[in-house]
Amino acid sequence: MNLDLRLPIGLMFTIDGLLLVGYGLVSDPAIYARSLGTNVNLWWGVVLLAFGIGMLWPAVRAARRPPDSGR
Amino acid sequence: MRLIQLGAIDYTILIVYFAFVIGIGWALRRYVRSSEDFFLSGRSIPSWIAGLAFLSANLGAQEVIGMAASGAKYGMMTSHFYWVGAIPAMVFVGIFMMPFYYGSRARSVPEYLRLRFDEKTRGLNAITFAVMTVFSSGISMYALAKLLELVLGWNFHTSVILSAIIVLAYIFLGGLTSAIYNEVLQFFLIVLGFLPLVLLGLKDVGGWSGLSAKLVPVATNAGYPAGAWSESWRNLGSSASNPMGVEWFGMVMGLGFVLSFGYWCTDFLVIQRAMAAESMTAARRTPIFAAFPKMVFPFLVIVPGMIAIALHTSRGGFLPLGSDGTPNYNLAVPVLLGHYLPSGLLGLGLTALMASFMSGMAGNVTAFNTVWTYDIYQSYIRPGQTDRHYLRMGHAATVFGIAASVAAAYATTRFNNIMDMLQLVFAFVNAPLFATFLLGMFWRRSTGHGAFFGLLIGTAAAAIHHGLTLPRGAMAGLKGGFLGTVLQVYPSEMAQNFWTAIVAWTACFLATIVISLATPRHKTDNELSGLVYSLTPRQRDEHLVWYRRPSALAVVALACTVLLNIIFW
Repeated sequence: MNLDLRLPIGLMFTIDGLLLVGYGLVSDPAIYARSLGTNVNLWWGVVLLAFGIGMLWPAVRAARRPPDSGR
Repeated sequence: MRLIQLGAIDYTILIVYFAFVIGIGWALRRYVRSSEDFFLSGRSIPSWIAGLAFLSANLGAQEVIGMAASGAKYGMMTSHFYWVGAIPAMVFVGIFMMPFYYGSRARSVPEYLRLRFDEKTRGLNAITFAVMTVFSSGISMYALAKLLELVLGWNFHTSVILSAIIVLAYIFLGGLTSAIYNEVLQFFLIVLGFLPLVLLGLKDVGGWSGLSAKLVPVATNAGYPAGAWSESWRNLGSSASNPMGVEWFGMVMGLGFVLSFGYWCTDFLVIQRAMAAESMTAARRTPIFAAFPKMVFPFLVIVPGMIAIALHTSRGGFLPLGSDGTPNYNLAVPVLLGHYLPSGLLGLGLTALMASFMSGMAGNVTAFNTVWTYDIYQSYIRPGQTDRHYLRMGHAATVFGIAASVAAAYATTRFNNIMDMLQLVFAFVNAPLFATFLLGMFWRRSTGHGAFFGLLIGTAAAAIHHGLTLPRGAMAGLKGGFLGTVLQVYPSEMAQNFWTAIVAWTACFLATIVISLATPRHKTDNELSGLVYSLTPRQRDEHLVWYRRPSALAVVALACTVLLNIIFW
């Protein structure tokens, strides 16, 4: 394949995850009243970050390998 | 009324998404060298990507909004669209139909019809498909822009133009590959964007048991058995005991067999994704892979609607009321977004909504430009040109297709009834199609005349059935009964639709058989090899590990679906 799709997907969710974690840390706790008292930005940001890195990591490893030793 | 206020963080997430969609198109632009690259991704897509795109192309905003609305209006019975309709149909198309679609090297569904039957059957299918695709893309564009105007206060024109330009940019640059790659990105975004909403909603109402308990008054207030909103099969014994107004036979035959099989097995919008797969086995696995995420989608798209109606009844006035005094079910998802998600996650949820809209629209546009270029332009307008010429036409058709969708969206704002009427006509055209494909693929004696006139008769039968029946309480007109006499009154519009489909399918099936027997065969067994089941070598997949075998995956998918039906019986 020409472009490893895991790269852009991983990158976008990593960025979104970082944005949400960052915002979750600095935002006013009062806004979490509506999400039943949970800081959902922080927690869901961690989920997105984990998903993003989980996509990114194997893609980067595959790209580093010499092309003929792959699948 | 503005339901949702967005902050800077929300806009940032939305902009990151836009940047990535266009970036993917930009990165793929240098791989588009031939028309086959542009329209069929050079047949090089692995099955997990094709499978997620298969799912995502169908997952337009209307699906997300509409399924939640049905979840609120009809409850758990809406799951039949998935667990009776979509999943068995997706397994069927993967196991039985893909060998013909992929194996014949047809580049589109209409082209298969030409190989199997004749030119006129292809022409009929290509032209109706091209027109319907543009209009449905326009109608969903209209629906999304209206929604954004209502809940965010965004300008209608800005929404239409902005989404059109973004979709245009990434398809123009990277063709079908770009649409497919973006659909996979959009798939993950839709799942990860809506999941927190479902989790928070369920936590709020006390889990599934709390939700079921809160849905009891919804059902009893409307005069149905207590479990009508939380059970899927128990109340299907009679059409009077459930809000959908259907009984099990109409549901299984109309929705399951005719409508769902008709959609998933013949609609080029989804089939195109599997045709782009890298091998026959990958093409067959595409819809079966897609079946697995599809079977858990009810929890993502139907349950939010059920939560919304439960809260509406138990806490009062959760959903805004429409002009007729009933809750506005279409607002279930946006209202929940605004209710549970704080700034930040709200941006993600809204981006997911935009993503679902764009994947649906891109699906329409890529299917349109292929059918237009190969089946209409190359066949009837300018045959025998160079591949370069058709690639250029593909680019032009993308621009034209999107411009026509925008025009259709604006036409909808001015003539709402015309759109309702068009949707009705499309339903008449689509209902009989599955009978034609079934006979074409499994009965070598069926002929081109049989297929062509069978389709026309099926469409006419649908129109006549609709014209002679009415849903309860409706006025004669677009809802039916326009032929003067009303022979049958159905408990609901949905029941009427299911029976229209059953009548159309049966008429097409019988007419195709009779006309085929009355007309001479025009294709020899040799010519039909690879196009008809009995004349095509069986697909062998025993050499693969079991989890890579389409047949084994199909059995697992069906078993899981049966289990889900039993759990939520």
